[in-house]
Amino acid sequence: MKATEIRRILDAEVLCGAEYLEEVEISSAFGADMMSDMLAYHLDQSTLVLTGTVNRHVIRTVEMLDIRCVVFVRGKSVPDEIISNARALDIIVLNTDKTLFTACGILYEAGLRSCSR
Amino acid sequence: MTGPIYRESYSVERGNFATAGDASRAMKNTLKRMGVDPAIIRDVAIASYELELNLVIHSAGGSITLEIFPDRLRLTCADRGPGIPDISLALQEGYSTATQEVRNMGFGAGMGLPNIRRHSHEFDIESAMDAGTTITSQYRLMPNDGGK
Repeated sequence: MKATEIRRILDAEVLCGAEYLEEVEISSAFGADMMSDMLAYHLDQSTLVLTGTVNRHVIRTVEMLDIRCVVFVRGKSVPDEIISNARALDIIVLNTDKTLFTACGILYEAGLRSCSR
Repeated sequence: MTGPIYRESYSVERGNFATAGDASRAMKNTLKRMGVDPAIIRDVAIASYELELNLVIHSAGGSITLEIFPDRLRLTCADRGPGIPDISLALQEGYSTATQEVRNMGFGAGMGLPNIRRHSHEFDIESAMDAGTTITSQYRLMPNDGGK
């Protein structure tokens, strides 16, 4: 599924990377607030990351994993520094008011599945 | 034994979360420029990032060295202490001595060392309570060698 479809399904705001929404293909998703857990699973460039943790380490962590699209959940305010860091790395950043549970549930219902260990 | 064709060391300070990941980013970019297999780059990036975080969170400071040989690549992480009292315990998933402050940032879940080992072709750890800890993580670069 394209990132633009993720944005539509989650009714998410695009904080950066709008130009990549039609290009980036998502085939799995991973929801976590711990960066350690993201690093321990097999996430790759086609994995969507959903998290309620908002700090600079989120972008650093997804950069190491070659992630192209991140969703901040629970309507968190995302500082400009995080957005500019993501923009420099061509990462799409979305923001949704939905909880992690709900966002993951909606995406699962739409056919997206978890990445493996 | 043939010496490295490339060698670069990065100093990592204790407690400096602002720069945590800088060394790993630099190493990842170096490997990309050199045309290393993307799957190897990904493994090295994850291992080096975990090593870097370990230095920031747990050590008194240290360094990570990237060495590239014609047939392999080696990460060496050496710190100035305090040392790991029980290495087998530290290698268990979920075991962590990280503070709540570190956990609030999303780290310290006790996955670091096991994850470095899982993402390495060869892994070695030595630690002494007075001297510090040295971790080496190696990767084969020859194609079609069976991987990990």
